[in-house]
Amino acid sequence: MTSDLRFDFTADKAARTITVVREFDGARQLVWDCHTKRELLDQWFAPRPLTTQTKHMDFRAGGYWHYAMITPDGQKYWNRLDYKTVDPIDGYTAQDGFCDESGIVNPDMPGSLWDVGFADVGARTLVTTMVRYASPEALQAAVDMGLKDGLASTLQRLDELLPTLVAA
Amino acid sequence: MANSQLALDSVFHALADPTRRAVVQRLGKGTATVSELAAPFDMALPSFVKHISVLERSRLIVSRKQGRVRTCSLIRENLLEAERWFELLRSQWISRYGNLDTLLAKLNGDENDV
Repeated sequence: MTSDLRFDFTADKAARTITVVREFDGARQLVWDCHTKRELLDQWFAPRPLTTQTKHMDFRAGGYWHYAMITPDGQKYWNRLDYKTVDPIDGYTAQDGFCDESGIVNPDMPGSLWDVGFADVGARTLVTTMVRYASPEALQAAVDMGLKDGLASTLQRLDELLPTLVAA
Repeated sequence: MANSQLALDSVFHALADPTRRAVVQRLGKGTATVSELAAPFDMALPSFVKHISVLERSRLIVSRKQGRVRTCSLIRENLLEAERWFELLRSQWISRYGNLDTLLAKLNGDENDV
């Protein structure tokens, strides 16, 4: 049903930045709500087979989202997204960090900076997410979670990626 | 994962420089001597050789000296290892956004029912 939706994923290894551009079959207000309301975020944010559980959400500049991504065997990975700027329904910026259940951010584990933009494409919405990792360790931690949850099995076509690797 | 992290760190450092990125890109097409690699750059040879050393330490490339000629080649597995990390991140976003498609379809459906 969604095969014609635009999807671009680019990684700038030198800058430790990934940019994800994705079109969604929904009005901008609705797509914005899905990114900013706890009851909606809990229904989609964690990649499968993880689930999302919000502990605290205050979506405004200076507020934060404190949530867990939960593995099928019940292990919780706590994250915290501190909102820096909020510009409804055009975009927001935020600082992502690893934290514990009480929301205390681990200072030894630098996270990433998020810059998320929303734009109309006809009746659809284009979402552009730029994530800049503070360090190779932060990037590693983000990837490790995927490794633990079996996403590695989805790897394919690695050889095709080689020619694009150093395009920067 | 400890070994991988070390590699990732040095690979980032190695690829952070445009000269070194160009060298890796060139070696993707096949082996080359240091003088062949240096030719496109307006740079003193000792400076260029330092870039080659950084790439060797990151284990992205390996070099071999025969007589007075040093030949470099890419270690593809290590380059792919770096790429694999990004591919994992990409998988996560595909999965996450697949969930959002499902949610939007549901929300749009609810709207139509009203």
